[in-house]
Amino acid sequence: MINLTVNGVQHALDIDPSTPLLYALRNDLQLHGAKFGCGLGQCGACTVIVDGEAVFSCLVPVSSIGKRPVRTIESLGTIEHPGPLQKAFINHQAAQCGYCIAGMIMRAQALLDRNPRPTERELLEHMEPNLCRCGTHTRILAAIREVAHLPAGDATAPTPQRTASQGGAQ
Amino acid sequence: MSVKDEEINEGRRRFLLSGALVVSFSMVPGVGAMAQEVIADEGAAVHVGKETQALAGSLKTNPYLDSWIRIDRAGKVTVYTGKVELGTGVRTALLQIAAEELDMAPSLITFLTADTGASPDEGLTAGSHTIADSGSALLNASAQVRGLLVDAAAQHFGVAGSVLSARNAVIKAPDGRSMTYGEAVGLVDLHRMALPVSPLKNPATFAVIGTSLPRVDIPRKVTGGVSYVQDLTMPGMLHARVVMPPVYEARLLQTNTPVILKMPGVVKVVRNGSMLAVVAKGEWQAVQAQRALAAGSQWTPGRELPDPATVHRDLKAIATQHIEIANTHAAAGAAVKTLGAKYTKRYMLHGSIGPSCAVALFKDGAMTVWTHSQGVYPLRDGLAEMLSMPKDKVRCIHVEGSGCYGHNGADDVAAHAALIAREMDGQPVRVQWMREQEQTWDHYTPAMVTEVSASLDASGSIVDWNYALWSSSHNERIVNAGRLIPAQWLEKPFVPAPSVPMVQPEGGGDRNAIPLYALPNLHVVNNFSPTMPLHTSAMRSLGAHMNVFTIEMFMDELAAAAGIDPVAFRLKHMQDPRARDVIQLAAAKFGWPRAPRKRNHGVGFAFAKYKNLMAYVAIAVEVSVVPETGQVILEHAEAAVDSGQIVNPDGIRNQIEGGVIQSASWTLYEQLQFDTKRIRSFDWSSYPILRFSAVPRSVNVHLIDQPGAPFLGAAEASMGPTAGALGNALFDATGKRLRDLPLAGEGLRKLIDV
Repeated sequence: MINLTVNGVQHALDIDPSTPLLYALRNDLQLHGAKFGCGLGQCGACTVIVDGEAVFSCLVPVSSIGKRPVRTIESLGTIEHPGPLQKAFINHQAAQCGYCIAGMIMRAQALLDRNPRPTERELLEHMEPNLCRCGTHTRILAAIREVAHLPAGDATAPTPQRTASQGGAQ
Repeated sequence: MSVKDEEINEGRRRFLLSGALVVSFSMVPGVGAMAQEVIADEGAAVHVGKETQALAGSLKTNPYLDSWIRIDRAGKVTVYTGKVELGTGVRTALLQIAAEELDMAPSLITFLTADTGASPDEGLTAGSHTIADSGSALLNASAQVRGLLVDAAAQHFGVAGSVLSARNAVIKAPDGRSMTYGEAVGLVDLHRMALPVSPLKNPATFAVIGTSLPRVDIPRKVTGGVSYVQDLTMPGMLHARVVMPPVYEARLLQTNTPVILKMPGVVKVVRNGSMLAVVAKGEWQAVQAQRALAAGSQWTPGRELPDPATVHRDLKAIATQHIEIANTHAAAGAAVKTLGAKYTKRYMLHGSIGPSCAVALFKDGAMTVWTHSQGVYPLRDGLAEMLSMPKDKVRCIHVEGSGCYGHNGADDVAAHAALIAREMDGQPVRVQWMREQEQTWDHYTPAMVTEVSASLDASGSIVDWNYALWSSSHNERIVNAGRLIPAQWLEKPFVPAPSVPMVQPEGGGDRNAIPLYALPNLHVVNNFSPTMPLHTSAMRSLGAHMNVFTIEMFMDELAAAAGIDPVAFRLKHMQDPRARDVIQLAAAKFGWPRAPRKRNHGVGFAFAKYKNLMAYVAIAVEVSVVPETGQVILEHAEAAVDSGQIVNPDGIRNQIEGGVIQSASWTLYEQLQFDTKRIRSFDWSSYPILRFSAVPRSVNVHLIDQPGAPFLGAAEASMGPTAGALGNALFDATGKRLRDLPLAGEGLRKLIDV
């Protein structure tokens, strides 16, 4: 039996001790936020927080977790009541396909838990392990900066210019 | 309809009918008079009957109003699209369009995407076509449905339709009487053909179109909700993993199946020819069994891969079809200077963060597949052929996946799931590829070569332009079972349909090979290779990335030779007013021409109108270079975009921003690693992409709205211009014309490190 404390709840799971944490979360605990990306610790789509540290859950066997608490994105808030980072990601529309986003948010959460006021350089260095293929990086950073009380950078969101209506059917 | 710009290009479009197929697009009145229209983009060409040619967008192929909008007697409004959400936010934009013309709050509409059991057949979601095809169809279908319901209510009330108003599915008369859409639908039959003319709202009154409605999918995605096919669970669902050949055309000789069957949780090993898979109760059990099965399998040596050192030279030999796509002549000044250059691009991969996945269930003689395919109908047809099942017994339902950016493993893993599920009657099976399978069995974007020469007259005007490109196929979409990779491995293998070039005006390898600039003498040849040294197919923007890179780099070379500022040189050769507007807006926002800059920094500019049919994008960038390492960073970009009538401004910005960053990654850093034995880019360390440390400090997108003008696809439109601007900025930073992609790294260092 493997004992896991996930999002404050204790679970006893009858699974192979070599099972990576990711599979236990997704299949045994029905927590689908963390994603399988590479199984190699190279992309961060599976990132969760174990005892305060952002970890690649695709690599860590459940047997090595012990009593250390595990936190997943489901602990940060709900669709009705999103947490601060989740809310910031929604405000900035910081997702395209969104497959990497749960991992991005959990990596950022680990930083903010430890250091609520990181510098821009600390933020970039901390996020480096996680990959996004859609190119949503600037929005991801903008969302985290908002919660980290960092200056917004020099991006702007100008309103569209409107030309005179050319009218008619499409 | 705004026909002004279309008329400008009319001559060109008619000329472009010289391809293998007769192609036309009913953007202008009169073209619809042709006997039969063939819409040819990715996938199979679609024939449009005479009676529907005048209809808007995908109404041409799905003309019945109730295939788009269904309203029940209780008033529930369900809107269907045959397109899918690929992560671009287009689902939200399509919902906005329907909500606008139905005069309903978006939240009151049940909006469903592609499902062969329910939705219209809109082929593939690809080529930045969704808003133009499905959006135009929904705009018109919604307006016509609203019009029919209001007319029915007017007749019932005995008043003129013009005095009624509709809001949130309730029709109101001035005297206080009202009728819901659910009541009105009882008075009118919506199973009728759409008409060419719709009672469209005045764009000035739009309340939903043109607003940045937050995406409907994002809240669930950021809170861990079930969002992707990878997240699906079903009672009794089994997990499968596949073992794939080590190299092309390797055949399976032997497996260690008896050993595998003794492993914990393993239910079955499925083998059909060289298609090999293991099914287990648990996902981790399936992964472990897959590793053991892969290690215990023996294969024939397979086919040798091309030598990466000679790929570009070899391409010229295997490109046996020479297709002239432009040959025009007009009076021009005398040439005083002629320049020429050659450019190359290497194979690249799609690189979805989540490997391809599908869930399939074979039950009661019917196959259901949940898939992130870009085309559920083409996939359904391919699966039916592969399984020897009637099409009506195969259903493909789209569920979102990880971003694909084109033809990745989505269809192939769906074929795997169907083949495995057929052996597991009544039990749903979830199959996900592993990272190395996603990368080594991808349909790569082809290596390409481009060559261009052009002459200037004494006034610095271009008087002739000669261009040629070489490429293998950008379009191996599912047009038969043989295009599904696992079907090629079966004991009775299916053979892929032959590679054929895509035709202008959309083009494949030759997409955007014809410059939009006014060039009096123009000759463009697409040299197409019907053979593929590596498996290739569609990746975001197809050949436009390379063609626009080439054209825009070469425009800068010509500008320098003419002694004219690059932006001024582009404007000198551009007549299309909307193109001029985006060029001038991007230049103004960037502050072009820029004052002297820091050492090892450079600025560059580029422009294209995607496919010469879709969104206009101009972009100015600033880069920094580290000479000691060849590292290049895109520091800052200002882009100007005209995509016609804007549906969701933030959605377009998000797509352009993402495209700029993804194109920077392709252009600066990416190339597939392989040797004659194997594909070597099997993970992210052997295929590095842009990371946070290289993220631009800002990408600003400036939109020009064109109320009432046709929707123009934007999602792929920034790929080419970004590449061209980066190349030009590197010249500005280093004084070297870099013509071989990727631009950054060791090659650059050797050129500039002193």
